[in-house]
Amino acid sequence: MRSDTLIIIPAHNEAGGIARIIEDIRAKAPGADIVVVDDGSTDSTALEVSETGAPVIRLPVNLGYGGALQTGFKYAISRGYLYAVQMDADGQHEPSYIPKLLEPVRAGAADVVLGSRFMGLGEYRSTFVRGMGMKLFGSIASVTIGRRVTDPTSGFQAMNREVMRFYASDLYPVDFPDADVLIMLHRAGLKSVEVPVEMYQRVEGVSMHSGLKPLYYVFKMFLSILVTLLRKNTFIKDV
Amino acid sequence: MEKVQIVSLIVSSIVLLGVVELVRRGRLRENYSILWICTSLVIMVFAVFRHLIDWLGRLTGIYYPPSAFFLLAFFFLTLISLQFSVVISSLTKSNKTLSQEIALLKQRMEELEKKGKT
Repeated sequence: MRSDTLIIIPAHNEAGGIARIIEDIRAKAPGADIVVVDDGSTDSTALEVSETGAPVIRLPVNLGYGGALQTGFKYAISRGYLYAVQMDADGQHEPSYIPKLLEPVRAGAADVVLGSRFMGLGEYRSTFVRGMGMKLFGSIASVTIGRRVTDPTSGFQAMNREVMRFYASDLYPVDFPDADVLIMLHRAGLKSVEVPVEMYQRVEGVSMHSGLKPLYYVFKMFLSILVTLLRKNTFIKDV
Repeated sequence: MEKVQIVSLIVSSIVLLGVVELVRRGRLRENYSILWICTSLVIMVFAVFRHLIDWLGRLTGIYYPPSAFFLLAFFFLTLISLQFSVVISSLTKSNKTLSQEIALLKQRMEELEKKGKT
């Protein structure tokens, strides 16, 4: 039986932990299909996913987090899924929150639901620069969208087909989608809400936000938000 | 004609001929050759009509007229670099789309092969 919901997991060199995460999702969110997008891993990530029986899309080159995710959205659209959930492969996101994220989307109360780690549930520590960046861009997004954005970087989201289509377009950033995407969504007439979730610190591997990247992040986000605001909306809702 | 005029005329002719030859052999696409051809033509014009540099210097308020020439050269080189960045961006985009399509097709193929076996 095919489900109407697809869980998309972009993975880059996540061997050793990915199979456990898939089993965990199957136990806590039964009834949803899973697809893993292997973003040009050099380890046995793809093999470990195949062994669990979940389909794996192997990118021939490393496209980056957003590029891998987008592949998953394109897959979901072509297979006719009505709802999609994106989550990280590093064990940061707790699968038991998947139904909670999906609920407002299914009810039609929102087009996309983001899991926020800063709404009271659990404790989450972040580096100083990153924390400042999140606060700053979160407030810019809050002002633009007109609702409080507490966690603009959340990669734990549930969405409907409209948002999948939007994310599959060329405007979607290939590195790390952030506050700019929230503003883009708003301007495209798509409604986003946040629900509180718990997130864990990374268990294995290196975060994609390390080294000099925070600096690039701040610069890129400013530019991206600016051009997003200058750009005319070209996305047409398919009602 | 002064020595400097002859030298710049020769250099710009070599650049122009080189660009045309590259396009003829199909090693340089026409749309990327336009800026190069413009650059060498402008150098030629300035080499033949020397007083143009003085005029340009006065026009832009540059104290030492020959540096107006450097400004011009710098302007064209910047333009060419910018064109490269634009081209690289569009190549990156199509590269991304192609990689995604290939990955999706490969997955579909494997799935169908598996289905065919059982």
